[in-house]
Formats: sequence, structure tokens, C-alpha cells
Amino acid sequence: MAVKFDLNEREVWDGNYAASQALRQADVDVVVAYPITPSTPIVENYGSYVANGYIDGEFVMVESEHAAMSGCIGASASGGRVSTATSSQGFALMAEVLYQASGMRLPIVLNVVNRALASPLNVRGDHADMYLGRDSGWLQAGAFNAQEAYDLALCAFKIAEDPAVRLPMMIHQDGFITSHTAQNVYPLTDEAAINFVGKIQPIDDMLDFSRPVTYGAQTEEDWHFEHKAKQHKAIMDSKPVIDAVFAEFKELTGREYNRVESYDMEDADVVIMGLGTTVETARVAAKNMREKGIKAGVVAMRCFRPFPYEEVREALKNCKAIAVTDRSSPGGAMGAFFNEVTAAMYTSNNRPMMTNFIYGLGGRDFSIAEAERIYSEQVDNIEAGHITTNIQQFSGLRGPKLGFFKTERS
Amino acid sequence: MAITSIKNLKEFSTNNDRFEGAHTLCPGCAHSMIVRELMNCTDDNLVISANTGCLEVSTAVYPYTSWDTSWIHIGFENAATAVTASQVMHQVRKRKGTLKDNDAPVKFVAFGGDGSTFDIGFQWLSGAMERGHDFTYICLDNENYANTGGQRSSATPIGATTSTAQAGTHSYGKKEKKKDIVSIMAAHGAPYVAQLAPNKWKSMAKGFQKALETEGPCFINTVSACCTEWRFDPKDTIHITDLATDTLMFPVYEILDGHELNILYRPKNVMPVEEYLSAQGRYKHLFKPENKHVIELIQSDIDKYWNMLQRREEARV
Repeated sequence: MAVKFDLNEREVWDGNYAASQALRQADVDVVVAYPITPSTPIVENYGSYVANGYIDGEFVMVESEHAAMSGCIGASASGGRVSTATSSQGFALMAEVLYQASGMRLPIVLNVVNRALASPLNVRGDHADMYLGRDSGWLQAGAFNAQEAYDLALCAFKIAEDPAVRLPMMIHQDGFITSHTAQNVYPLTDEAAINFVGKIQPIDDMLDFSRPVTYGAQTEEDWHFEHKAKQHKAIMDSKPVIDAVFAEFKELTGREYNRVESYDMEDADVVIMGLGTTVETARVAAKNMREKGIKAGVVAMRCFRPFPYEEVREALKNCKAIAVTDRSSPGGAMGAFFNEVTAAMYTSNNRPMMTNFIYGLGGRDFSIAEAERIYSEQVDNIEAGHITTNIQQFSGLRGPKLGFFKTERS
Repeated sequence: MAITSIKNLKEFSTNNDRFEGAHTLCPGCAHSMIVRELMNCTDDNLVISANTGCLEVSTAVYPYTSWDTSWIHIGFENAATAVTASQVMHQVRKRKGTLKDNDAPVKFVAFGGDGSTFDIGFQWLSGAMERGHDFTYICLDNENYANTGGQRSSATPIGATTSTAQAGTHSYGKKEKKKDIVSIMAAHGAPYVAQLAPNKWKSMAKGFQKALETEGPCFINTVSACCTEWRFDPKDTIHITDLATDTLMFPVYEILDGHELNILYRPKNVMPVEEYLSAQGRYKHLFKPENKHVIELIQSDIDKYWNMLQRREEARV
């Protein structure tokens, strides 16, 4: 039995500490990990809970992130609850095994503290690592502050382990801005948390020798496609489970989560779409714009995978100009988030003007003033009746303006 | 029913068949002999992992599996990590009482080829050995990347021709000597490390049993003759392995606690290495006059190594 951990009704936690408390309360059996800034404290804290008897589990420090996820796979296939954390280069090193975890349908929860990918080396937050995982077959949800990092980590176990889902899940938070900023967090009691998350039900358990299982078989052109199609379907079909878990969480805590979060969207003409901490900046800017008589709103992605196409279309159905922000170097294309949103809106009855802003790479600050400027540009586009700038622009970059690709409409 | 007192090969080889006959390994491949020996060594439950390689691609092609026990393959490099993490989960679940059968003994075994063991999975293996998990790692050493058409690995001996270290008019094949994996594993301080050969099946079975019974990380390198890439007739697998052990190209020995060395097979008549080399196509070019020095070098290295093993055994240090 674990030693009781005293919690106050209100704690002051940063995002990393909040996530580690969720791991403790979810009674995670095994954490296999390798340290990397800025996610290190999540696994360090789990290790300290083990070292001091606050949890009955095992903390395995391995020699690389690739080994960390490999170990998570071996442990998860052995029927218990498994979690770890990483960032950036560590995430990139894990990439091979992320696909294997999802292909084996193992409900591992990975806390990703988003950080830029080198080169140049950079420890600050952007979403390059999150984007690298977008085709890996994991569910991906984003927290915008420490409270959400805690709440969503608890929800993640319940979603991932649901027999109808059985997929690994990443919970993202922004490096340093969320992970290292102490904020008020209202934790559940240990009892309420574990009652909510529940006990893991082993499926295809390697430690059940009455029913031997083979993990990681080979399939060539005869069966590989069917396996991947089935996996994709499971991801797409996870939406109602995610909604149900969020609804149950709201019932318990009063805190509401949606796969798409809308702010001031009832009558919005111009919209900023964002991920992570950018959302809170955009919300302040939207309020300022409304004081100037501009109907500005914000739509935020809680759930990046499965991508909520219908909900995005619904949220944006009456908007005229939409700025989609991508905090990742697009590498010779439009931003990935822009592409998803545009795919959703191209099939809508309302075909709004879509622009793409690349911003905040390597932790570059995204200011309220810049968000206001983006709103104003959307207003200009509406007045002109077409996109007046390049479709893709770099926001907050030093030197001359950088932008690409123009609309054909006039 | 596992063999506890080993009497004869037939009884031994037909026991406890948790490795099913149906697989697609080459006829004459020694891998299956070694795997069956391991699985016949114990009645305990087994969690087995495999690196990508011949064994893996030949035994778990969906919708079939040769494994009548828990088995996992992730990638080319991480079988040691997979099985040791399973072992950690076993500890936790046993403590918490959440296992289906909480009292049944379980052994954890990882298999890798020499490519995954000596090269691409070396870091994962070293990490698992350093952490001291209770598991056994068995390398099926056929001295090349046989699964992908016979490329050189760092286990390929000097002078062998491979698709990426070819013998030709200007080359005698691989230029570099084989990595001494056994010494490297012993240097990790592992409680049991050995090099074993399937022709010496009794010592192999005893070595496997010792590794499974020893608490902590154990490593065994096994010679696995590869008729396809070594280029010999599939019926000659054990004959070639006899030549390997009798020329001392593959000495059979164990190292306890990182230092105490015991020779497990001492040939009555040590044969010259030409007998081993000339029986395989991969060394054919060494018998050209201009490559004579390579054979001499191989023989001299064998002699030096055997001398070192004997002196270490005598010294009991």
C-alpha cells in the first residue's frame, strides 16, 4: 500500500508537476523513461514518489528515449498501466517505436512537453515534436495550462485503455510556458482520481500464460493494409469515447473539455485558430478587438488526433476569415494544422478565406499585439472580398516579411 | 516436461514443444535447434522477445505463429528492453497480486541475431545488462545479416566475403576482426556469460539452464551455422559446427561473475582452421595464394585466444 500523499484543495503546480501527480493518482505500474528538457521533472517526480513509497510501481531509467518507449511497449503488453514523458529530440528518437506502440494497440500514455527540433538546437517550446507524431497512430490532445495538463493526463488513461479504443495517447503541453510556470491547480482527491480512471483491464496479456500471445508479427501486402485500416478506424471511432470521458470528468469536477474549444464564436467574423498556450493569448486579443467593434473569436484544438473535422466545420460555419496558426517549421508546404482546417472548410457550405501564420518557432514570443494585427488583417481581407496578403505568412520574424502563395480569387 | 537429467538427444529434442515445427527458417538453419534447446530446458513459463532478424521473420508471419508461449518483437534493436520491461511489470503485478497466476515461475528470454546484438541493438543490450534485470539474452550468431542477403556485421570474421565486404580482385573480404562480444558482456559484470554451440548440446542445455536459474542479466553467444550465407550443404550444419568448435574458431566456455572462466569443451584433437574455412564457400577465396596470409592470421588469432582462455581458466581470477 502506498503512503498517503497530502494534497490541498488548491495547489500551486507547474505543468510538469501537475502531470506527474496525475501519474501518481492513476496508480501507474511502470514508468520507463529517459530525461530530456523540459519534460524531465514529470518522470523525476514519479521516481521520487516510488522512492518515498507514495506509489507502488517501478521506475526504470533506461539509456535512451528509444529504449524508454521500447520498454513502455514491453511493459504495456504485460498487462499493467504504463506512462512516460518526453520532448523534442527525445520524441524524435522515439519515433520508430511510437508507430509500433500504436500498431500493437497498447494504451500507453505519453506526456509530451512540446519543444523545437534541432538544428539549430533549441530547448524552448514549439510544436515540431507534436507534428512529428501526427501520423504515428496515437491519439493526441493538448493542454493549454497546468490544470489541463493534470486533467487531461487523468482522462488519457481512461480513454486509451477503453476496450473500444485501446490506443496510446499523447497529452501535449507547451515547453516552459506551461511546463515550468506555476499556476493554481485544483487536484482531485486520490480516491476520486482513481475511481474516475479505474483499474486497467489487461487485454492480450503477455503474463497470462493460459492464453499465449504473439506481439509484433509480420504482415506483408496480404494483411498489412487491413491492419492499418483497422487502426485508423479505431482512431476515428474513438471520438464518442473521448466525449464520454470528458463528460464524466465534467460531472466530477465541473471542468468542461471539448475536442474543439470555441471562445467568443457565437457571432465571430474573424477567427484565430490555435494550439497550446497561444490560445490564451489569442483570447485576450479577441476581447480587445471586440472592444474596437470587431467580431473576433478563437477556436482551439483540444484534440489533434483524431482530427475533429465535423466539429471544426461546425465551429467555423459562420466565419468569414480564418487565420490558422502553426507553431512548427512547415518544411516546404503550408502548415499541417492549416491543411487540416482547410480540408474541413473546403467541404463546408461557407467557404471562408483561410490564411496560415507560421509563428513562435523555438519559443519566440507570440504577443497579444501580434494576434491583434492578425485579426486586423482578416478584417482587411473581408473588406476586400479576397485574401490581400500571401496565404502563408511568417509572424514575428526578424527582417523583411516572409510569405508564400497567393489566392486566385479577386 | 523439461529435462532435468539429460540422457539422450532424442528424448531431449522431442520434449516440451513450445516452439512449433511450422516456421520458414532455411532447411539446415541452426537457429531452430538452439531455440528448441532453450525452450526444452525449463518447465517455467516463458516470455520471449526477439529482435528483427531471421528468427523473427520466420516464426511470426500473420496469421501464423510458431510460439506457443508469450512472444514479442518490436524492432531491430530493442528485444532486451522489451523483455526486461515485461519482467519489471511482472514484479509489480506479482506484488500487487494482479497476475492471472500469481505463483507460477516465469523466465524472461531475449533472442537476437549477431547484427542486432553486436551492432544495431548493442546499446539496448548494454543498457539492459547494466540495469541488472533478471533475464537471459541469447545471441544467435551466424556472423552476418543473413535475413537481408548476407551483409557484414561486426560479428563477421576477418576474411569472410559478404555482400557489403566482398572478396574480389582487390579484396580478400572483410578486413576487420570479429568484435569480442563475450568479453564485453562479461565486462558488464553479468553473473553468467557463455559461448555455446548446438553440436555440444549437453553443455548448451546446461548453460541455458544455468543462465535461466541465475538471478540477474545473463548473456549467451551461440554459434548458429548458416548454410545460406556461409555456403555449405544444409545437411552439414552440425558437421560445420563440429569444425567450428574443433578448430577452436568457436571456443565453448563460460565466465562467472564477470571473471571466473571455465572452458566447457576441450577438443581431443585440435584441427587446423583450414578444415573449417575450406568447408564453406564464404572463405573459398582465402585459398588463393595471395590470401594465404589471411588464413595464417586467423590461425594465429585462434591460437592466441585459446591460449588466453586456458591461462585465464588456470589462473582462477
